[in-house]
Amino acid sequence: MTEPTMKAPRKAVRPVKWMRENLFSGWFNTVLTLGVAYLLVTSVGPLLNWFFLDANFVGSDPSACTGAGACWVFINQRLNFFIYGFYPDELQWRVNVMFLLLAVAFVPQFIERFPGRKWLGIFGIFGLPVVGYFLIPGGSFGLEAVESSKWGGLMLTLVLAYIGIIASLPIGILLALGRRSEMPIIRGISVVFIEVWRAVPLITVLFMASVMLPLFLPEGVNIEKLARALIGITLWQSAYMAEVVRGGLQAIPRGQYEAASALGLGYWRRMGLVILPQALKMVIPGIVNTFIALFKDTTLVLIIGLLDVLGTVQSTVSDPTWQNVATEGYVFVAFCFWVFCFGISRYSQKLERKLDTGHKT
Amino acid sequence: MGNPMTDQAYTPEKQAPTDGRAGKKPDIIRVEGMHKWYGDFHVLKDLNLTVAQGERIVICGPSGSGKSTFIRCINRLEEHQQGKIIVDDVELTDDVRQIDSVRREVGMVFQQFNLFPHLTVLENCCLSPIWVRKTPRKEAEATAMEYLERVKIPDQANKYPSQLSGGQQQRVAIARALCMKPRIMLFDEPTSALDPEMIKEVLDVMIELAGSGMTMLCVTHEMGFAKTVADRVIFMAGGEIVEQAPPHEFFSNPKEPRTQKFLEQILQH
Repeated sequence: MTEPTMKAPRKAVRPVKWMRENLFSGWFNTVLTLGVAYLLVTSVGPLLNWFFLDANFVGSDPSACTGAGACWVFINQRLNFFIYGFYPDELQWRVNVMFLLLAVAFVPQFIERFPGRKWLGIFGIFGLPVVGYFLIPGGSFGLEAVESSKWGGLMLTLVLAYIGIIASLPIGILLALGRRSEMPIIRGISVVFIEVWRAVPLITVLFMASVMLPLFLPEGVNIEKLARALIGITLWQSAYMAEVVRGGLQAIPRGQYEAASALGLGYWRRMGLVILPQALKMVIPGIVNTFIALFKDTTLVLIIGLLDVLGTVQSTVSDPTWQNVATEGYVFVAFCFWVFCFGISRYSQKLERKLDTGHKT
Repeated sequence: MGNPMTDQAYTPEKQAPTDGRAGKKPDIIRVEGMHKWYGDFHVLKDLNLTVAQGERIVICGPSGSGKSTFIRCINRLEEHQQGKIIVDDVELTDDVRQIDSVRREVGMVFQQFNLFPHLTVLENCCLSPIWVRKTPRKEAEATAMEYLERVKIPDQANKYPSQLSGGQQQRVAIARALCMKPRIMLFDEPTSALDPEMIKEVLDVMIELAGSGMTMLCVTHEMGFAKTVADRVIFMAGGEIVEQAPPHEFFSNPKEPRTQKFLEQILQH
């Protein structure tokens, strides 16, 4: 080489120049910029006022809300109900333990160098549901039983979403593999299952689970309403998941299947070691999209009489002691959902980057 | 199963090889009256071939002649509908266990390399020995490093396939197949997807491998390779074996007009 290594020219960005080029280039862009600026100025102020400056935060009853802004006292006062539903106060530590375990398992996933991160994640996926199964309903190990009809609020939302998410992924993977199976019976069953469940709205599934399913069960067999709803949600969700995973399976080049076969790997190893790791990685955005959709769809259990976080807020804003607090209530619900869904989304992006090992061959 | 280079315990076949070579080595592949159809399209027509242990065969022919399909039938990546294929005394049928046992003994190298992009080079090489042969990880890794040295890329062991050049990827693919210690190696146009300057490094590895006594079946257009390495060159056209002969005879004195035409076309430019 004759030339010493050359660096690419740096592009200098100066704010004034940038603004002139991007915001005020021509009369049309200038009008747009000014218009948007006006909207921002006029809306941010009132919003800030409502949320913080004119809002009331402390107090114990509706009379504390004297300001023109939000009445956060309402959320404060009813927070216990929004989080635990009718779960008895003295037993709420059990739910708190689960919240803590959930945080311990998943918050470290955002910290790159956290020791034992992987094991915490594995515990979160496999151990947490088991602990929850004994801890939340109680009735064993000397724990007082709490009927599922008393569960509610954020805790119920998390139970529904967590079990729905964790159970639907493996079932969905099996259905996707089944749909691509060479065995006609397995393929047929998978296709029918997926197409039937996917074509039914979740509300219908929930109604069927709560009203019709008991009619088909033999005499004396009684499954709790919550369990029925969970089964319905999981199966419905797994049909969606199956189609997302199938998209990934189809995107894997045939050569990968052939190379794995040629190395003597049997069907399950071929899928488990070669095909699925690549296929699932490819459809992470789709899987996460489905998870987030499910998380929000759990609010539909309201119609079969289960009070999730939206249900608890909904039933409280119609309480005559608190008036005109609906906005605060719904903002709170929106915030709860946003925190979890945004968390899931961020984690998936991190995972995608981490698993990226370059292009396919 | 031992190393193919030292394995002497193979039971000799009574039947002598049909190609006229002295029957000093036993047959490892026998194809008898094999036909294959894709729907109504008759791809392979009445193929008969016997390969002796340690024999190196190059299969050539115009595109669409069925040569790739043929070698893919030998490890059952493609199914044949009539006739018999017997590999290492195991007949290929619908029996999945028989197919898997044949695939353990037959390594394959593809035109598109087909390395597993989510695994490092070393993991690519160890996957099958660990899961199929149940080799302990340490041992599998040691063997893999040995073969990676043989294909001259031990320094790339911890990289991902996408970080390697085409030639390097293909050499990894060869090492990966060898890690299973197969008795037979199939090559399906191993240099066709490579940039010209990388063809040699792959052919060198294949020549070295041929020298070690491995039974090899190569579908390739590299006529230089065929001349140096092959014991026998097979010419296929239209799904049939048109001619087979030792390379010197094949190139200097082809008998069939179709072979002559093919050789004219590929050697003149």
